Parts: sequence; structure tokens; C-alpha cells
Amino acid sequence: MAIACVRNLFAVVALGGIYSFLMALALLVLDAVDVSMTEASVGAGVSTVLLLGALYLTRIDEAPPLRVSAAPMVVALAAGAALLYGSWDLPPFGDPAGAIHHHVAPRYLNQVIAETGVPNVVTAVLASYRGYDTLGETTVIFTAGIGVLLLLKGRRRRRDGGGAAL
Amino acid sequence: MVDAVAHFSNWVTVILMVIGLYVVLARGNLIKKLVGLSIFQTSVYLLYIGPGKILGGTAPIIAEGFTVYSNPLPHVLILTAIVVGVATLALGLALVVRIHEAYGTIEEDEVLGREGDT
Repeated sequence: MAIACVRNLFAVVALGGIYSFLMALALLVLDAVDVSMTEASVGAGVSTVLLLGALYLTRIDEAPPLRVSAAPMVVALAAGAALLYGSWDLPPFGDPAGAIHHHVAPRYLNQVIAETGVPNVVTAVLASYRGYDTLGETTVIFTAGIGVLLLLKGRRRRRDGGGAAL
Repeated sequence: MVDAVAHFSNWVTVILMVIGLYVVLARGNLIKKLVGLSIFQTSVYLLYIGPGKILGGTAPIIAEGFTVYSNPLPHVLILTAIVVGVATLALGLALVVRIHEAYGTIEEDEVLGREGDT
């Protein structure tokens, strides 16, 4: 909530880092240890560093809005109400009879030692069963890295060119 | 009352989603928009991880003495989503830096205003 109201972007980024750590704790409570570690390192660490870097390259204060409109609040609250209405039909929290616990998950849990020998099921699925998908994921990250490099490289060259012209 | 506890994780998810959506829609500052997008994204993490939890279960690492494990599949999906999310965040921030370079501002209103002038 404070993130929406604070105008100093440095404070926004700091609050975002704290929020990511809290989210990592919540994920830990929900038994998602691998996800929790990734969120703590990537979400709270790398994202905060990236945001601070962007702040260093731009500026740190947010301008007051030119016009204030109620439409975004209405849209957000309407979407929230619709989601709450829909969530009422979901299975209750922590119920082993829920639909998602009876599809492929038990098969992975029962066969993982025999088929891969890796006790951590998340690692086994990520690297062994779905290895090609993980390769695709790294391709996405590689593409994003190329994009960032291209965007920022053109910027530096233009600045150099401008300096030479002066 | 039991019902309220049973759906608490969904409520938290929806509240975070609404906050994120509001920040993305209402705030003109591009960096704040990206932070709002991150909040929206974490609410999606909760949306996936929350139903995967089984009460009384443990983390899905096969070990002696445990028989009930939480569902590992949402964890795999969200692990991928976090990493891809950081990649998109980096790309978005690079775009913001370039916009700041071209327009001298990172406010959406001012960028649109300068676009209209030229």
C-alpha cells in the first residue's frame, strides 16, 4: 500500500525489497523451499539492484500526477471483486482432496527416485523431466539479456557521438 | 469461520493483485509501474503455490519418515516464472532508461505531452 503512496522512488525500491523478503518467507511457510530461495535471491536481491541502477540513470523523485481519475481504482476493485467471487468455488486451503493433487503430481512423487535418483522433486522435474523447457527458459533470459545490451549500448554510443560533435 | 480460514490465501492473493493492478493503471511514473507489475507477479506466485500446499505435508524432497508432500509442480512453474520475471524487469528498466534519454523524463504524462508537441 505504501508503495502506491510514497513519491520518493528510492523508498519505493527499498519497500519492494522488504516486500520480496516477506514474500519469500510466505513461500517458505507454504513448503516451497526452492521458490523461496529463488525469490529471496532474485526477487529481493537482483531486482532491487536493477531498480537502483535504473534510478541512478534516471531520477529519483516522482512528479505529482497531472490529473487524478477514479477509473483505475474502479477497474482494480471490480477485478478484485470478480476474483473473490470466483475464488469461493476453489477447494479449501491445504485440502489433500483438491483436484491438483490427483493429476500428475503423485506420479512424479512416487517415481522420482526410481527414474532420476534425485530426492528433490522440484529439481528433478525442472532439470530432468522438463529439461527442454528449462532450456527454453534460458533462451528467453538470453534474449532479454541481448535486448538490454542492445538498448543500453546504443545509448552509450550516442552519448559518445554527441560529445565528439561538441 | 472455517470457510474464512480455508480461503484466506486466496484473499491475500486477490488483495495483492488489486494493489498491483492499481499501481500499474494509476501511477504515471514508469519505474513505479514496473514495481507495481512485480507486486502483481508475486500475487500470481501465491495463486499457484497456495493451492499446492497440503496441511501436514512437508517440502517435496523425498526423505525417510515422510509420506505427505506438498505438490511440487507449482513450485517448478513458479521457479521459472520468477527468473523470467526478472528478465522482463531488466528489459523494462532498460526501456525506461532509453525513454529518459530520449524525453528527459520518466513520467507517462510528460512523455505523451512531448510527443504531442513534436
